[in-house]
Amino acid sequence: MNSLDLSSATAAQLISALRAGTISSLELTQAYLQRIEKFNPAVNAVVTIDHEGALASAAAADQARAKGAEGPLTGVPLLHKDIFCTAGIRTTCASKMLANFEPPYSATVVEKLNAAGVVTLGKTNMDEFAMGSSNETSYFGPSFNPWDLKRVPGGSSGGSAAAVAAGLAPLSTGTDTGGSIRQPASLCGITGFKPTYGRISRFGIIAFASSLDQAGPMTRTVEDAALMLSAMCGLDANDSTSADVPVPNFHTALNGDIKGLRIGLPKEYFSDMLNADVATSIHAALKELEAEGAILVDVDLPHTRQGIATYYVIAPAEASANLARYDGVRFGHRCDNPTDLMDLYARSRSEGFGDEVQRRILVGTYALSAGFYDAYFKKAQQVRRIISEDFKKAFEVCDLIAGPSAPNVAFPVGAKNDDPIAMYMEDVYTLSVNLAGLPGLSVPAGLINDLPIGLQLIGRPFDEETVLRAGHRLQLRTDHHLKTPQIGADQS
Amino acid sequence: MPVTTEDVAQVALLARLSIPEETMEDVTGRFTRVLELVAELQQVDTDGVVPMSNPHDMEQRLRADAVTEENRRDELQKPAPSVEDGYFLVPRVID
Repeated sequence: MNSLDLSSATAAQLISALRAGTISSLELTQAYLQRIEKFNPAVNAVVTIDHEGALASAAAADQARAKGAEGPLTGVPLLHKDIFCTAGIRTTCASKMLANFEPPYSATVVEKLNAAGVVTLGKTNMDEFAMGSSNETSYFGPSFNPWDLKRVPGGSSGGSAAAVAAGLAPLSTGTDTGGSIRQPASLCGITGFKPTYGRISRFGIIAFASSLDQAGPMTRTVEDAALMLSAMCGLDANDSTSADVPVPNFHTALNGDIKGLRIGLPKEYFSDMLNADVATSIHAALKELEAEGAILVDVDLPHTRQGIATYYVIAPAEASANLARYDGVRFGHRCDNPTDLMDLYARSRSEGFGDEVQRRILVGTYALSAGFYDAYFKKAQQVRRIISEDFKKAFEVCDLIAGPSAPNVAFPVGAKNDDPIAMYMEDVYTLSVNLAGLPGLSVPAGLINDLPIGLQLIGRPFDEETVLRAGHRLQLRTDHHLKTPQIGADQS
Repeated sequence: MPVTTEDVAQVALLARLSIPEETMEDVTGRFTRVLELVAELQQVDTDGVVPMSNPHDMEQRLRADAVTEENRRDELQKPAPSVEDGYFLVPRVID
C-alpha cells in the first residue's frame, strides 16, 4: 500500500486518495478488514464482520467511481453501531434477545449512507439496548479502550468509539440518548456529534427512549463528522418526529472564523464533580478558542444536577414502553416449553434481557404505573421543560455552550459495576442536552496520563453549523485529535 | 417511601418480567437506590409548569390516510420464533 497510515487516516484523506486513484476502495476495504482481524480480538469493538458484503460493495464503489457516478462518500469504509437495522446483516443491539435477529429492512440512516457510497464493514459492540455508559452491559462482553485495554471505552456507543480510535474504520455511526456518542468519543479520544433531536430519522434504529434518541457520526475529525452528517440528515416520512427543516451543507459550514462568537461556560459544569486535571485541559482548550476570537462568558444551568434524576425517569419510562414489543412472539428470543402465555412473555423477557435493561424496565414501569405517574413521570416532564428553559436563557447571552463531555477519563473495567448510580453520574454533562434536544459535539481536548478527554460544545436547536465550525477551528489550531493509541499503530 | 420485595414483584408482573426468588432482595436494593436518586426531582418547584414530551414541542405530523405499504407478511414473519399459515403461534390461551 502507499503512504496512507490507516491507524490515523481521516475519511477526507481517503476520499482524496480514492479520487486521485492512488488507492481503490477494494484495497482500502481489504486493509481495514485485515486491521479488524488483527486488532479486534483485543478491543472487542466489532461484533459482526460482513466480509463478503464489504468486498462486494467496495468493488461496486470502484466501478461507480470509474464511471463518474460517485457520491460524497463512495468507497469509504464504515462500521455501524449494532442498533441500526441492516437488512441481511444480523442486528443484535448487543442483547441475547436479538442475538439471531436479521431485520427485514434497513434503517433510513443506513440507506442514506449507502446512497452516499459507504462500504459497510460490519457492526459494532455497544451496551445492551444502548443502556449503559461503559459498554459492559453487552451480551458479547465489554469492548475495551484502545488507550488502555484494562479500561472501558465508555458507552453506549463504546464499540464505535473504540473502533475509530484503533483505526478499524475511519467512520462509525453511533446513537446518543443521554450521552452515548459524546461520552465514549471523549473517553476514546475521537470526535463524536449528536445533532439536534429530529435532524436524523430514527426509523430502523432500535428504539430506547424515543423523545431523546438521536443518531450521529463518530469520526477522527470534525471535518469527517460534517461530511458524514450531511449524508445522514433529512426529513423522513417513516419518522413522524424527523424535522422538516432544510439540511445545509455542513462541510461548507466549516469555513469561516469564530471571531466574536460568544461561548458560555456554565459554572455547574466546572463544579467539584469535575476531575481537576480534566478541568485544566478543558480550560486550555477554551483558551485556544479565545485565541481564535471567541469571547468566553459565564452562564448558569442551575438544574444540571436534577437533569440526572429527570433523565433516569423519562428514559426508563419510554424504554419500558418501547421494549414491551419483545414478547417472545413476533421476533427475538423465546423461552423453551412455555406453560402458558404469561409464562412465555415473562420468561422470554427475563432470559433475553440483561440485568441493567430489566432494572430500567422496572423503574420505567413503576414511574408510569397508576398512583406514581404524577410523582415521577409527569414531574420529570415538568423539570424537563425547566431544564430546556435554562438553556434558552443561557443562549440569550451566548451562541455556544462549552464544558467537559465527561467528568473523568476512562475508568477501569468493573469499577462501577456494583453501583448503577455512580455509572449514571458519568453522564451529568450530557443528559440535559438530550432533554433539551440540542446539538452536542465532543472533540478531543488532550491526554491525561495517556488517557483522552473531550471538550463538549452545545449549540442552539438546528444550529449544527456553529457547533461544527467552532470544533473545526479548534482542530485547525491543536493536534489533540491527531493522537492515536499505541495498539493500532502497529501497521499491518 | 421504602420499596418492598412485594412492590417489586408487582411491578415485575406489570412489566412481564420473571425475577428469580434468590435475586429479589438484590433487585429491590438497586431499585430503591435508583428511586432515591430520582427523588431529587422533588427539590424542583414545578407549580404550573406544562410537562414537556417533545424537546421542540412538536405537533404530531399526520400523513394522508392512504394505503402506502405492500403486503410483506412472509418477509416480516421470517424472524418469528413460531408461525403457521401466516399466524404467530403462542401457547393455548383458551382451554
